[in-house]
Formats: sequence, structure tokens, C-alpha cells
Amino acid sequence: MKKYKFLILRRIIQLSFLLLFAGGNYFGWEILRGNYSSAIIADSLHLSDPYAVLQILVSGFIASSSVLLGALLIFLIYALIGGRMFCSWICPMNIITDIAFRLRRIFKIETEAKVSVSRNLRYYVLALSLIVSAVFGMAAFEIISPISMLHRAIVFGSGAGWAIVAVVFFVDLFVLKAGWCGHICPLGGFYALVGKQAVIKVKHDKEKCTHCMDCFDVCVEEPVLDIVGKKSDFIRSGACTNCGRCIEVCHDNAMKYSLKFDLKK
Amino acid sequence: MVSRRKVIQRVLEGAVFVGGGGLIWGKSIKANTKADYVLRPPGALKEKDFLKACIKCGQCVEVCPYDTLKLAEPGDGIANGTPFFEPRTIPCYLCTDMPCTDSCPSGALDLKNLSKEEEKPDIMNSKMGLAVIHKESCLAYWGIRCEACYRACPLIDKAITLDYEVNKRTGMHAKLLPVVHSDVCTGCGVCEQACVAEKAAIFVLPLDKATGKVGDHYIKGWEKEDEKRINEEVEKADDDKDVKSAIDYLNDDDLIED
Repeated sequence: MKKYKFLILRRIIQLSFLLLFAGGNYFGWEILRGNYSSAIIADSLHLSDPYAVLQILVSGFIASSSVLLGALLIFLIYALIGGRMFCSWICPMNIITDIAFRLRRIFKIETEAKVSVSRNLRYYVLALSLIVSAVFGMAAFEIISPISMLHRAIVFGSGAGWAIVAVVFFVDLFVLKAGWCGHICPLGGFYALVGKQAVIKVKHDKEKCTHCMDCFDVCVEEPVLDIVGKKSDFIRSGACTNCGRCIEVCHDNAMKYSLKFDLKK
Repeated sequence: MVSRRKVIQRVLEGAVFVGGGGLIWGKSIKANTKADYVLRPPGALKEKDFLKACIKCGQCVEVCPYDTLKLAEPGDGIANGTPFFEPRTIPCYLCTDMPCTDSCPSGALDLKNLSKEEEKPDIMNSKMGLAVIHKESCLAYWGIRCEACYRACPLIDKAITLDYEVNKRTGMHAKLLPVVHSDVCTGCGVCEQACVAEKAAIFVLPLDKATGKVGDHYIKGWEKEDEKRINEEVEKADDDKDVKSAIDYLNDDDLIED
């Protein structure tokens, strides 16, 4: 069980958000209403997706103050504290892509040799999304986002969004390992840039490491583990989603959640 | 040091990515908004601004007590995740507390659009669209007594009135003809839902699709307010234009005498 403690906790949190949003729609619960783009807690506090708001601003509309403040709040939470935790602890798409990732390991589906895509692609997609938003005058990623389609499919019970979610799943499964979350998703890229200097980071202890490579096996952002077994330090890359899989699979206690306060590169 | 060849290669790759990617992305946005028209909730900004502003959180849809509002799905041809309604299925019942407009966090639905000048917002000021009557398929215009839309209209005798006309065909009956008044009509679509025709003979279109525009160069000479515009036009005109004679020549006696 210890091997899955963070995984189980993450799933509970992810599913709770979905449940609260869906309950807000179907049963009128007031705890959390709206969806991951913009929500309101207990009918009083607005929260908004800072990347969505950025696209709205770029498209040429000054969003209302409640949305701007809500986006700022979320931005600060991830920039200062959580890093890229949205991706692994909140985002519902993570459940889908993690299943694909797990199935690849179980069925030994290996396509890395044939398909090689730079993990920096997401930053280019991010930049392009802002250009397209400005040119076409509407939030570009929000219109085609598989994440939005997934949570709308669940929260609002719309059926058509599942097709694109299935595409993401099968691409992840048969074409590109960690394709969506690790290579393409501009929202992930956004939080990777935003959360680079956040306080919560995974810390590696080289002295304890026995080079078993278990952490590399489970990590969806493998390159962030480049220091493992080489030096004791934080996993400093913003791309690390703080999912904690490496911590729970490590037999040597060489990984742990820790707080980072320096601003080294 | 990066070689020149490498730099040129990267620049070309970047251009292909931005150009190709942008084109595909733009195409999918166009495909996503290809519907001829769409009716938005009360207090919505103009469609172009609405598409920019809507953050697609669905809160307006959640609070709609009649399930009038729906979120667009892929394939609807309406921007994904934006709210809309189809009056023939479920019209807007004009809740006096305006829950949908009030719930919008982004400003895409704005209570300001529901208040005239400094007054309090009022749902009856909403302009979701304008009801249009197709006379040829309207039973009342056939001469058959119907009035379904008129009776259903939340602004009966204001947004829809009845005109009386002699039925020339029978020579002995009256036609009770529904007429929509665009200055009052909210575009709620209750009339469209009420219409007894197989395909509604009265239906709501967005304002820009249902309205015309005469143009500024026509002035209602019989309305004092409108006639003031003549003076404004004269002031605005270029110096080298002989505005006065242009205005006066129709009133000139010479024209009549010749």
C-alpha cells in the first residue's frame, strides 16, 4: 500500500473535484461550481485558470476583476507553492493519461525508438496558442482543449467530447509515451514555466540511491530525474509535476517531498 | 557556436510550425464556430466580444432553472463550451432575478447590458434576439384565428400586438395579425415555442441577422430630434463641399417651376 499512497491520494483529490463540480451542476451543491476554467467556491471566492485568462487577455478582452483576481490567486498558488501540481493532483486528464502510461508498461508497448518528439513542443504550442488567440480573437486552446472537453463531458454530461479524449488516450498508448501530458499540452507547459521556482519540490538523496531505476520507470517526465544517482539536490525542473510516484516506488527512501527556498537554476 | 546552416534550419522549422500549426488551429476554430447564428443568454456581449470573453465555465448553464441554456459541444458548430439556447425546444422564461447573467464571472454576460442608463438591471431589457414572423406560414395571416404567440408573449400587447384587418377573401371576417415590435422584443423565444405551425412561423434571430439599417444619409424630416442631425452633418462636412445647396435644392422652387 505504501507504494501507492500518493497515487491513491491524488486520485481521491482529482475525483473529489470532479464530484463536487458535477454535484454543483446536477444537484445544485454550492461548494464548488463551474469547472476547471473558472469556478466559484461556496458562492463567494472566484478561481480561474490563469492560462485561459491569459488567452482571453491576448484575444483582446479585459476580463472582469473577479476572473482576473481568481486567476491571479491560482497563479500565485502554483508559482509560489505547488509548482506543476495542477497536472498530477487536480487535472482529470491525468487519470486518463496515467492509465495509458500504466498500460504501456504492462503490455510492454515501446515506441520510443520510432517516435521521438521534443518535450519542448508544449512550449511552442503554448506560444502558438497565444498567437492564434490574438489573430482569431478568441481563446484558442480553450476551444480545442481535450482537458476542457473531458471535464465538460463529466460535469455537464455532454457526450461529444469523449471522442477527442479517446484520441489523447490512444496516442499516449500507441504512439507517444506520455504524449499529451509530457509533450503537447500547453497548459502543462504553462505551469512548468510558472512553477519553476515553487517551494514544494521533490528532493533526491544520492547517498541512499542504489541506482535501481525504479523512479525512471514510473516518471512521466523522465528528463527531470537527470540528477538521480549523481548528486543530492532538488528535482529543479519546472516540468516535474510533483506527483510523488518516484517517492513512493523508491525502496531506498532516496526521494522525498521537501521545501526549496533558494532560487538556483 | 551554432552553425549558420543549423540556424536557418531552425528558423524554417519554426516558420513551418507556426504557419502550418496556426493554419490547422485556425481551421478548427472556424469549423467550431461555423453555425449560421446562435442565440446567447440575456445580457450577452456582442457575439464577437462574447467569444473573446466567455471563459466556458458553464455556471450560467448550471443556474438556469429551466434548463434553457446548453453548453455547445464539438459538432454543434458553436464555439465549444459556450452557452446558447434553442427557443423551439426550451425558450428563455426571463427570470426576473437573472441568475445566468448574474452568475457569469468573466463579463461575457453583463448585467450592465440589461439596464437602461442608470436604472437597475431588468430582464425585460434583454436583447437576445428578435422574433420574426414568416407571414406565409402564419395561420393568423391566412385568416385563421390563432394568437398563440401573442398570448404566450411575456410582454403581451407590448412586444407582440394584434393588428385587425378585413379578411378580403371572405369579405366578412377579421384577421387578427400578430406584429412584433423590435424595440420591446427580448428575443426570449416563448412565441417561437408556442407557435402551432409544424415549423415555427415566428422565430427568434440574433439582432444583427433580423435587423436592417437605413444609413445616416436618410433623415426623418418629420421628427424634430432626427432633423437636428442635419446641422451635425453640416458641421462635420468638409469645407470644400457645398452642403447648403445640396440640402436646399430639393426645396428650391426652381425645380418645381421648371
